Amino acid sequence: MADASNPTPPVQLALPGFEEAGARWRSDYDAQVGPDNDVHNRSGIAVEPLYTETQWSGERYMDDLGFPGQAPWTRGIYASMHRGRAWARRQLVGMRLPNDYRARLKALLDSGLTAVSIAPCNSFMRGFDADEVDPVLLGTCGVVINTLDDMRTCLDDVDLAKMSVNLGDNAPFTLTAMLLALAEERSVPWTLVSGTSNQSDYLSHYVANHMFLRLSLAGARRMTTDFIDYTTRQVPRWNPLSVVGQHMQQAGATPAEAMAFTLCSAIQYAEDCRAAGLELEEVLPRFSFFFDVSISFFEEIAKLRAGRRIWGRIVRDRFGIDDPRCLRFRFHAQTSGVDLTRQQPLNNIARVAVQAMAGIFGGLQSLHTDSYDEALSSPTEKAARVAVATQAILCEEAGLTDVIDPLGGSYYVETLTNEMEAEIERVMALVAAAGGMYAAVDAGLVQRMIGESARRFQDEMESGARTMVGVNAYVAEEDPADRPPPLRRLSRGETDDFLARLDAYKKRRDGGAVTAALDAIARAAADPSANLFEQVVAAVRAGATHGEICTRAREVLGAGDPRVAA
Amino acid sequence: MDSAINTARSQRSPAERPPKVLITKIGLDGHDRGSRLVASYLRDAGMEVVYTGPWQAIDHVVALAVEEDIELIGLSSLATDHMLVPQLIEALAAAGLGEVPVVVGGIVPDEDERLLCDAGVARIYHPGSGGHEIVEGIRGLIEAARDAAFAPTTES
Repeated sequence: MADASNPTPPVQLALPGFEEAGARWRSDYDAQVGPDNDVHNRSGIAVEPLYTETQWSGERYMDDLGFPGQAPWTRGIYASMHRGRAWARRQLVGMRLPNDYRARLKALLDSGLTAVSIAPCNSFMRGFDADEVDPVLLGTCGVVINTLDDMRTCLDDVDLAKMSVNLGDNAPFTLTAMLLALAEERSVPWTLVSGTSNQSDYLSHYVANHMFLRLSLAGARRMTTDFIDYTTRQVPRWNPLSVVGQHMQQAGATPAEAMAFTLCSAIQYAEDCRAAGLELEEVLPRFSFFFDVSISFFEEIAKLRAGRRIWGRIVRDRFGIDDPRCLRFRFHAQTSGVDLTRQQPLNNIARVAVQAMAGIFGGLQSLHTDSYDEALSSPTEKAARVAVATQAILCEEAGLTDVIDPLGGSYYVETLTNEMEAEIERVMALVAAAGGMYAAVDAGLVQRMIGESARRFQDEMESGARTMVGVNAYVAEEDPADRPPPLRRLSRGETDDFLARLDAYKKRRDGGAVTAALDAIARAAADPSANLFEQVVAAVRAGATHGEICTRAREVLGAGDPRVAA
Repeated sequence: MDSAINTARSQRSPAERPPKVLITKIGLDGHDRGSRLVASYLRDAGMEVVYTGPWQAIDHVVALAVEEDIELIGLSSLATDHMLVPQLIEALAAAGLGEVPVVVGGIVPDEDERLLCDAGVARIYHPGSGGHEIVEGIRGLIEAARDAAFAPTTES
């Protein structure tokens, strides 16, 4: 590991004229700029005006880079990377009711979407059915899904044997249970079902956005380990765990902190699986990651390259595993909403393109690009289509996929990758000293660090040290034509109709079977040798609703409560 | 003007009392970056801040406002929870706190602004609003509310 302040020792240069030309450049540079600007990236790393052989040299090639699909993984996790197979264009989709979701999904698939995702309504995230919350909040931020019937409608046009499905799902994993029940119904073997439970990282919800916070920290831990165990055995192409840095960076963590906390969470999940008797060689290939990509272009590229390298070392050195399927740091990325502005919203299209490019050069496996109107409202259909088209343009017009890791070997990118790596490892050591990620979250340490970084970032905005076009610079008269059209909210009639269908669903199922299935969840919760998720799947099959399953699980496992501190 | 509240307040030499603000979230959303930041800027400006986690019930917010003698309520909404604010304002009025200004910050679509203003929301802060801008705005609203509460009325 290189030292943060001086990542690579200066090499003995055999470059005739280097010293002299370098000195001349420095004196010309100083003459032109006067006292040098103090430039730091968001993670606090000092950025020099020029990088040369002094900071990084090709002599370090095999130590720092190697080849794609090989340790140290800097250049990507597969030998062919995007030249062989482009990333999956996976947009979060979720609005209104299942029928509306189905129609929006169809339109986006026609625009070039290559993978499905379901973003559920906030009522769902909090563990409620539609009839348990104020109707005005239904379907505004995601699709309302309560029953297997709803899932059937949402995925009516999707071939579950072919299309990968990304579910916004957390303990007790009712969405995944519904998907598996639906596959059974359509005679699609579970061995063909593929996709990700992309909100399964309960630790990230505890420290950052507090969505999907349904069970106590300990209860979520138990349910998640059982879920990983069950799906690893029964649904081999499913990714039960997506370890999320995105929430933490959106909540204010610096890019280096977000990567560090995510890696610490992944270690925690792996340790928990091992403690539960699972074989890491079987579990780790199903781990995936999910990162925020901000507009701090080179910093994000370096963050992702460094993270890949550190994960490879953790798996090899800490867990003693050499299987490449375990060492590969597969990740999804989402462009950062924090960088988007309400002012002059069309400018966000440019921001999203730059963020997306950082993620692509960082070696992502799938990508969500934000819609330009996300600082104003949930995405409108037109804006969502521009976001998907942005991915198609970057992938098919710009030639970004022609060369693997095209920035590899750049003096700046390699130096910064080393420096970000050192900063990430520094933060990881703080978490390790606090007893690991679970203990650090339980004690509120991670939450405090994120809050402090959020404040630092905001102070830089306030002081004008950070430019935001349209906000603290280049402020212009707003053109009303740039504002998105009003969202089509659910009418009272639509809500009533959905609630009536939920009521009818509850009436037509076998009440005795539902009660028995919910009781089985409670019994399994009390028995450490039982698999809890197996009982969730059985309850969905029996017709239990999402809210009923969450309520029963919460009764026995305790409710979630973020450690609140302002 | 509720005279009981007026009397209670007048015994506390309000000019010397730091402004007391409740920062909270109602509804279903949990994102708290904005509410935590605003709370920290208000504290740094010398105000007393009562901060709650997300998902507070409207009744609970009203009860807190009564118990804590809150002078202004700041609600953070990133995901449609602002649609519940008219209900909150009604509940505050029913509890005799109709004069407590309510401020909303976060993502409020253009078409909902009118709804909130008509319901009595004193101010709406959007993404891009600065911490100091919010601090000064809140201070102004509280001073105006204090002035109104102590202005001699023509009847007396």
